[in-house]
Amino acid sequence: MIPRWAAAALAAPPAVFLAVFFLWPLTAIIARGLSAGALADALTDPGLRRVAWFTLWQAALSTMLTVLVALPGAYALSRFRFRGRAIVVALVTVPFVLPTVVVGAAFLALLPDRWHGTVTAILLAHVFFNYAVVVRTVGAMWAHLDPRLEEAARVLGASRWRAVREVTLPLLAPAVLAAASIVFLFSFTSFGVVLLLGGPRHPTIEVEIYRLTAQALDLPGAAALALLQLVTMGLVLAWWGRGQARRAQALRLQPAALAAQPPRTTGQRLFLGANLAFMACFLGLPLLRLVERSLWTPSGYSLDSWRALGREGAGTSRVVPPVEAIMTSLQFSLAAVVIAVVLGGCAACAIAYAQRGGRLLDTGLMLPLGTSAVTIGFGLLITMNRPPVDLRASWWIVPIAHALVATPFVVRAALPVLRSIDPRLREAAALLGAPPGRVWREVDLPLLGRALLVGAGFAFAVSFGEFGATAFLARAGTPTVPIAISQLLGRPGAVNVGQAHALSVILMVVTAAVMLAIEGFRSGRETF
Amino acid sequence: MLVVEGARVAFDGVAVLDGVDLCVATGEVVGVLGPSGCGKSTLLRVVAGLHVPDAGRVLWDGEDLAGTPPHQRRFGLVFQDYQLFPHRDVAGNVGFGLRMLGLPKPEVRSRTSELLELVGLPGYEHRRVGTLSGGEQQRVALARSLAPEPRLLLLDEPLGALDRDLHDRLVVELRELFERLGITAVHVTHDREEAAAIGDRVVVLPGRPPRPPA
Repeated sequence: MIPRWAAAALAAPPAVFLAVFFLWPLTAIIARGLSAGALADALTDPGLRRVAWFTLWQAALSTMLTVLVALPGAYALSRFRFRGRAIVVALVTVPFVLPTVVVGAAFLALLPDRWHGTVTAILLAHVFFNYAVVVRTVGAMWAHLDPRLEEAARVLGASRWRAVREVTLPLLAPAVLAAASIVFLFSFTSFGVVLLLGGPRHPTIEVEIYRLTAQALDLPGAAALALLQLVTMGLVLAWWGRGQARRAQALRLQPAALAAQPPRTTGQRLFLGANLAFMACFLGLPLLRLVERSLWTPSGYSLDSWRALGREGAGTSRVVPPVEAIMTSLQFSLAAVVIAVVLGGCAACAIAYAQRGGRLLDTGLMLPLGTSAVTIGFGLLITMNRPPVDLRASWWIVPIAHALVATPFVVRAALPVLRSIDPRLREAAALLGAPPGRVWREVDLPLLGRALLVGAGFAFAVSFGEFGATAFLARAGTPTVPIAISQLLGRPGAVNVGQAHALSVILMVVTAAVMLAIEGFRSGRETF
Repeated sequence: MLVVEGARVAFDGVAVLDGVDLCVATGEVVGVLGPSGCGKSTLLRVVAGLHVPDAGRVLWDGEDLAGTPPHQRRFGLVFQDYQLFPHRDVAGNVGFGLRMLGLPKPEVRSRTSELLELVGLPGYEHRRVGTLSGGEQQRVALARSLAPEPRLLLLDEPLGALDRDLHDRLVVELRELFERLGITAVHVTHDREEAAAIGDRVVVLPGRPPRPPA
């Protein structure tokens, strides 16, 4: 389709970027973790073993709770047709796209003080955060499952529950497993939520890596933990991959419109109503409470916290005014979006047009998504601090880290579009007199443009709310919005907390608006 | 005048076209008839320059086109499934070739309207191609191919996807249109009646010889 040298030239920038800013730091972590018996020390240290064990069981419990709570929701949204369903599905997704710091701040605002620093708070926040993963992954499957399969079981003498258990659940199992794996990964690598809600008593591996690096300056120990983290995630991802392969079983999937019916019986209406009410309360209350708290001061409701955004924080050490954090975040995000769109666009074209090697680049670029943000930040911190690449003091280190996580979203948005272009469409343009470069500009570019816009939206939202990697890399004088929120929440005083709430509301509104705009932009597709 | 000499194309060692000769005089419409899978579409792709034949030559007025890429041949091709550009409206599709010629915008616009009138779709400029019926898409595809006034029009089963009534109506329309415009065309179909009704002359491309039993 295009000459090999051109595909190689397109693939080179993203490949080099990935190698320098991801693979090299990863190698450094592995080398450090394995050296000097750090791994053995970590594995035998009872304190670290407790951390690892806690990380594991809280993630498992979060996963089970999320699946249990969200399965009825998935059923309600996939099997019943009602007015406003598409909007409900979009709104349910909002918590999942919120920055972890916003979720942490919202639950701090919602839960009474005595629940702060408890496992319950962490679990609640994880279920809130991941509810959409199960609803959308399982719902997508459920929406297309032929209801007549269940009816066939009923006619053969199965009770309603028996039919669900014998027919529906086994067919859904792969989707449930896939969703559960994702929820487990997010809960396992959860950093912002645990840091804010768990307090010092409940550190996970991620929080401990951060503490060892930032406070104890124990880099080998942190590297050993990061290695442990990587191995666990590799295992879960491999298991997930197997589940995905099994998922491709021969199911006669139905168009969603056929499977979804308006609720008919009173029981169905009650079930649907109860689920919608639960979603509104569980997903809506924490966010509403955040807005309410941002307007609250010890002397009653006012806009004081919002006005205070322009002032320096109260405290012993100088804190930049939150408004500056917003400017910093905007600049970082803008740079990250540019890097991600350029690299992601190049990569998508190279992958789509190259006959060979495309898969490798595709998989490679996805890796940072499967790696925890803390690992990315930590890896960059320990490799970019000396020549040949000394970015320790560079402004660019933060947008680079953000771009690592954002680029896969750009690739995922652009690649299906490029692949779906019928080659004969390009032939039609050529026969109408368009030379090769013009064909690309007239056929590929306009279609790619929309996709890149969607990718840029994702990249912006990801970058604007990024916390885990930024915590390692942002300099003290220039915090981003998420960093400023976590700093303000850690300071005593109603003014600081009020500012944190106001900043969280801004972060929430910006992220949710970008995501809903993307959903709207993509509408015309099916709900799931 | 188009001359194809000994065109040979093989896929995985199986000859799809095996030494095909074809001659089309200027102003002539030739129907190429043959069973499905006999390489009719491949023949058109070879003529259009989209597929390089393993052997044989394609000549226009005596000039060998081997070194001429598709976009410089000034041949039009109507695909079987039209291949309208989904991101452009009807006018954007029909005017595409005119823009490639570098015509100024007002001229592109007026020529586009003329062509839409010619194919019986006046006022369709700003319709999205996704909203068109099969017959309308076919007409837009035809107008798009005719717009840059190609030296030769290639039609690949242009009416294959249409229902019987529409098919029969369009056969008559195409015939009249080609006569009125004095078009040189190669029209590929598996339908004997259609080939005879549209073409001045019909040639038959033999099917592949049955494979010897393994």
